[in-house]
Amino acid sequence: MARELWRRLLGWEGLLLVLLLAVLGFNITRVPNFLTVANQINLFQLGIEKAIVVLVMTFVIISGEIDLSVASMMGLSAATAAALFESGAPMLLAIIVALGVGAGFGLINGYFVAIVGLSSLAVTLAGYVGFRGLARLLVQDRSVGGFPEWFTRLGQQGLIGPLTLSIIIFAMLAIVATVVLHFSGFGRLTYVIGNSAQVARYSGVSVARTKLIIFTASGFISALAGVLMAARLGAVRASTAEGFELDIITVVLLGGVSIFGGVGSMAGVLLSTYLVLNLRNGLVIAGVTGNTQTGIIGLLLILSVLVPNLAGRVRERLRRRQPDPSLRGPPQEAADPARSQTAPG
Amino acid sequence: MTVLLRRIRPEQFREFILLAVTIGLLLFFAAQIPNYFDPRSVNRLTTGLAITLVVAVGQVLVVLTRNIDLSVSSIVGLAAYMTGTLLTRDTTLSPFAAVLIAMAIGLTLGVVNGLIVAYGGVPAIIATLGTLALYRVILVEFSGAKTVTTADLPDWLNDVPSATIVTIAEYDLRLMVGVALVVVVLGLLILRYLPFGRRLYAIGSNPEAARNAGLPVKRDVFTAFVISGALSGLAGFMFLVRFGNITVTAAQGLELQVVAAVVVGGVAIFGGSGSMIGALLGVLLIEILQQSLLRWAGISEFVKDAILGLLILVAVTADTIILGRLREMWARVRRRDRAARQALTADEGGLAHGA
Repeated sequence: MARELWRRLLGWEGLLLVLLLAVLGFNITRVPNFLTVANQINLFQLGIEKAIVVLVMTFVIISGEIDLSVASMMGLSAATAAALFESGAPMLLAIIVALGVGAGFGLINGYFVAIVGLSSLAVTLAGYVGFRGLARLLVQDRSVGGFPEWFTRLGQQGLIGPLTLSIIIFAMLAIVATVVLHFSGFGRLTYVIGNSAQVARYSGVSVARTKLIIFTASGFISALAGVLMAARLGAVRASTAEGFELDIITVVLLGGVSIFGGVGSMAGVLLSTYLVLNLRNGLVIAGVTGNTQTGIIGLLLILSVLVPNLAGRVRERLRRRQPDPSLRGPPQEAADPARSQTAPG
Repeated sequence: MTVLLRRIRPEQFREFILLAVTIGLLLFFAAQIPNYFDPRSVNRLTTGLAITLVVAVGQVLVVLTRNIDLSVSSIVGLAAYMTGTLLTRDTTLSPFAAVLIAMAIGLTLGVVNGLIVAYGGVPAIIATLGTLALYRVILVEFSGAKTVTTADLPDWLNDVPSATIVTIAEYDLRLMVGVALVVVVLGLLILRYLPFGRRLYAIGSNPEAARNAGLPVKRDVFTAFVISGALSGLAGFMFLVRFGNITVTAAQGLELQVVAAVVVGGVAIFGGSGSMIGALLGVLLIEILQQSLLRWAGISEFVKDAILGLLILVAVTADTIILGRLREMWARVRRRDRAARQALTADEGGLAHGA
């Protein structure tokens, strides 16, 4: 157990921790009361919807797929709730329908990926465009607001002490996601499928069912995040949550999840969630505008895949140059760089 | 059916379907919209096509290798803005130099993409999602939120969009459309006849096998990204010429239009299959659909994106299911033919022996 911890600290998670400490250090020295509860709550509150979707995206990517449609789904669910409420439906019903839309479209995504066997990239790209288009159809170029008071209060004010509903949902989902991913059969299936869907199928694992569940969950959780965002902002536009997929995918990959599937841990993802929240906050403190922040996140996204790849290659070269006598037997790592070099779509 | 299968490859069949759908759409809208084929709107449609088409040609090369380039819209925007700024500062710059500068900007950005994907081993979707954001930010920082306006640009630039090569009965072949068609033909020739083009198919079909066969996989993928970048630069220049006023959001969302066109045009997102003609038809189909819907009374302009999404899904699904079946049938017919031919030659061999 202790050795495992050391291995992790020396690896990717250690690097994340160092980065986090650096960013935290910067934020603390610049803002006197940075570590107060109120400020930390505020920090989470500003990116909480992304953090929620990150949890389910971790499953999607570990299973070897990708879901580009999450941000559009958030926008669509927010727009659905807003449009229904505007046309006179009770808010609660509007929320339930919005969540249903999320689960339904998630199921459709899953159907095309798992049953029809299309590339998740193509399917969710269609969702990325299409869901946003449906949102635009629903609220057009208006800003829909005027929600009931209880709804916006849920989004903006503390429910248990200073903790808002969104933060409580995030915390609960984080626990559930950790347990499911690391301590349940379903989680193990997710890893197996991500490592090799073919091997999984030959070993009698229901690949299709697992993927179907993951994509449905992805749609549902994204819809939930969209509704929570509507509550927090108090108004919905067709462009709500536009571009969020960049942040969400970046956090997951930065957390050490391999884009090729099968590798990653919830601990790393949660660490990188907190890191990116702090980074965004630090950039605001440093006076960097929102647009430039997005660029920095984009750079982070590339580096979080590029650095491990290059590091792996350097390590491989060093090993070849001076053969370690203690490392006899089959070169286990030999398959690794070959895998990192392939760049499937 | 078997006769048909002997003559036509499944990929060609796909192009026929696409052509039929496009013509069907044209006839449908012509019946619905009065004056559908009047020269002015046809000219506007073809001019609107030109920019997407040039970017799509580069995208085809990239997608064939089992990659994707989402950063194209930011490259178009950046090239348009930078070239525009240069032209406002130095109005004596020759048109030729301006085009070259725009293409050089695009090429440089394409090199960055290519290095990250081909040599850095980062999946293209991740790399170009990152550079899509990154290049846009470079544009925002570079511009300082200022806008390039038509008034500051040299006069010759404002004449280019209406420059016409030939006019047949009021239907113009605009210079920009001509350039786009030349690019398409060049792309077609590269894919059909150059070893580089053939290798792209091999790489996309099976990267592992291509590497084992000794093909320069990394270099070719790199080159595909560089070409895509350079063509996006050229499209950036065309964007500048067409619109004149360039803001920091220039060409935003074009990447979806292009990827959708390429996918609808039957270029498989898993690489290895597709053609320039298909992509051309894809661009045409989407442009006609969008422009016509805008002109069709009773349809809101907000439906545009929803339809685009649906179109991608339908195209990809139809491709996988129908084409998969067709390919199987085609392979079976081929196999049977070959077996028959072998049996025939074996018979002849036997006769020769007997005599």
